[in-house]
Amino acid sequence: MTTPKIQKLLSALFVNGTLGLICLVWLIPTLGLFISSFRDRTDIQISGWWTVFPHLAWVKTGEIEIPADVDRTGVMEIGGVRGTFEEFRNGITTPDGKRLTWVGNRRLGRIEVQELRWTANTKFTLENYANVLTGKEYIIRNEAGDEQVIKGDDMGNAFLNSLIVAVPSTVIPILIAAFAAYGFAWMRFPGRRFMFIIVVALLVVPLQIALVPILRDYVALGLNGTFLAVWLAHTGFGLPLATYLLYNYISQLPRDILESAFIDGASHFTIFTRLIIPLSVPALASFAIFQFLWVWNDYLVALIFVGAKPDVQVITQRLAEIVGSRGSDWHLLTAGAFISMLLPLTVFFALQRFFVRGLLAGSIKG
Amino acid sequence: MEHTTALPSNPLTWLTTNLGRLALALVVPLVTFLGLWQGFIFLRDSDAPKWLVAIVAVVWGVGGAALLYFVSNWLVEQLSPAWVRRLQPFLFVGPAMLILAWFLAIPTLRTLYISLFNADSTAFVGLQNYVFVFTDPNMLNVFRNNLLWMVLGTSLTVFFGLIIAVLADRSRFESLAKSIIFMPMAISFVGAGVIWNFIYEVKDKGSPQIGLLNAIWVALGGEPQAWTALIPPPWNSLFLIVIVVWLQAGYAMVLFSAAIKGIPTEILEAARVDGANEWQVFADIMIPQIMGTIITVTTTVIIFTLKIFDVVWVMTGGQFGTSVIATEFYRQYFTNRDFGVGSAIAIVLFLAVIPVMIYNLRSFSEREAFS
Repeated sequence: MTTPKIQKLLSALFVNGTLGLICLVWLIPTLGLFISSFRDRTDIQISGWWTVFPHLAWVKTGEIEIPADVDRTGVMEIGGVRGTFEEFRNGITTPDGKRLTWVGNRRLGRIEVQELRWTANTKFTLENYANVLTGKEYIIRNEAGDEQVIKGDDMGNAFLNSLIVAVPSTVIPILIAAFAAYGFAWMRFPGRRFMFIIVVALLVVPLQIALVPILRDYVALGLNGTFLAVWLAHTGFGLPLATYLLYNYISQLPRDILESAFIDGASHFTIFTRLIIPLSVPALASFAIFQFLWVWNDYLVALIFVGAKPDVQVITQRLAEIVGSRGSDWHLLTAGAFISMLLPLTVFFALQRFFVRGLLAGSIKG
Repeated sequence: MEHTTALPSNPLTWLTTNLGRLALALVVPLVTFLGLWQGFIFLRDSDAPKWLVAIVAVVWGVGGAALLYFVSNWLVEQLSPAWVRRLQPFLFVGPAMLILAWFLAIPTLRTLYISLFNADSTAFVGLQNYVFVFTDPNMLNVFRNNLLWMVLGTSLTVFFGLIIAVLADRSRFESLAKSIIFMPMAISFVGAGVIWNFIYEVKDKGSPQIGLLNAIWVALGGEPQAWTALIPPPWNSLFLIVIVVWLQAGYAMVLFSAAIKGIPTEILEAARVDGANEWQVFADIMIPQIMGTIITVTTTVIIFTLKIFDVVWVMTGGQFGTSVIATEFYRQYFTNRDFGVGSAIAIVLFLAVIPVMIYNLRSFSEREAFS
């Protein structure tokens, strides 16, 4: 092989190696969550999710009864090795490569014989999903034989609420923005330039500034905690970007198509509904994905305008509430988080092309 | 539709036609309004099964908005052509402008007004809330954290986005790699919070660690750590910033990747023929070529990290010295019920984006042939 060839090979190796490493780091957090969501609730608590992969570990192969006459406070000789309780607790390796470990407390414990073997924790279950979706109570028996009542969570309801919030919150701003974009692009009227400058100025305004006055209006109107309130809020906050994006697209449509329609006697409304909307589908789709993901994943707007009403709460609120109140119930959290990600991930992978196009169009370049 | 109403032959027909039109023009909006109102009442009070409510809600919300446009356009088109020309633009643009005014423009002024009053908006206090915001030691910590977010969060996001875009551009696995890096963008901050909480999970010393970071840390001989809580601030914020870099690097990557593909190949080839090594090609040719995109991405991520809320709120609730401007805003407003200070914080957030707003406006008026 010639030197340039080797160099090329090395360079490809470096590029793909580094890229692969970064991708692995990026993938592992989600992978861990995904795998854990299928594991048994006690397994999650006592072993890392990576133990589902084959690994070397001490596996129990037998048990030794502790003779009644040994002095449990001093040095004991069991199974051919000597040690104190603390040493047995940590495990003592026997000459033949096995390990003896004291399990349980000093008085009632027993000795486990363990061997180092290749093993994998492959006990998977769908129970976590059932629990987090239906909110049923279920009874489990722990090792000591006590009964425990564990409540699941009602995420199915929240999922539906998220859908009720997200669909109109995506379609309504697109509708309003498309009308406005057409107006700005193809109609002449006083104040046109000024109004569009306002749209551009509002593109970067942080929505925090609007939350409280709007909340006051909603309380006065009795709208707080209704779906309408959340739709309107998302419409308002999404409108500047929607109008800007759609204006950029609609104003670039070829002028002669519209002019011939005008000559044929079509009104603005007809041109808009029959001609512009079908021609703008790529731009509409780009923004729709954008806005859908944003609304589905939103937490702040829902937190403020939906509040604590359990029957209206969206999925991000539900999930955040489980984090707050049952932060170590990982069997609920992992399954719940994955349910909340299911729809956006599907939309995302199915329509990635449009999403990327929207991102590129949305970046306001200098 | 050309307006071709013939001249009325006698005054009586003229009167009845127009009265009929007037009546219709009153009845149609009324029926529309009543129908929509019934829908609203149903949605508010109904005990119907959830899926039925869901369908009604979606149809009502989406259909209602479309219907309103349709009906008001029908109304406008009843007028003479001159009036149609005059009014129709406002029918198209008006609803958007009204909503923008209600939801963004006017609230900004109202928040400014509230920020000049005391906690329950009963007494005028001038700039006192702003004095508090800029002198209170806790607020100063909040600003320090936000600065850390903006500097580290932005530079790491841009750095990883750029590296990945350049590497992917040369790899055969480009689309796979890009999908993997891009995927977190579809995940909510709350979901990301759960994912990373799981990585940072800490168990007592001696028990098996189920959090990946502590498992690695303990295997390397460390003591289990509560990464986001007990590490002294501002360093615990680093563990939160990592989450946002993970979420946002995909965005930076997509923009950089498109920009890199836009560089004419001849320029790169010419440099390589002239003996430039890959590093020189990257630093001296690619970077200047995509500078515009780098500025765009940097500004976007700076604004994003400036407003960061969900991640901090879900991970720590702003405790342990990790609070940022947006979480402090929430805490002052909804926990302390201090409307004055809360509004002042929101105004500070607004002031911080003004330079970007001016930049956008300036580049808009330079670019735009908006007559």
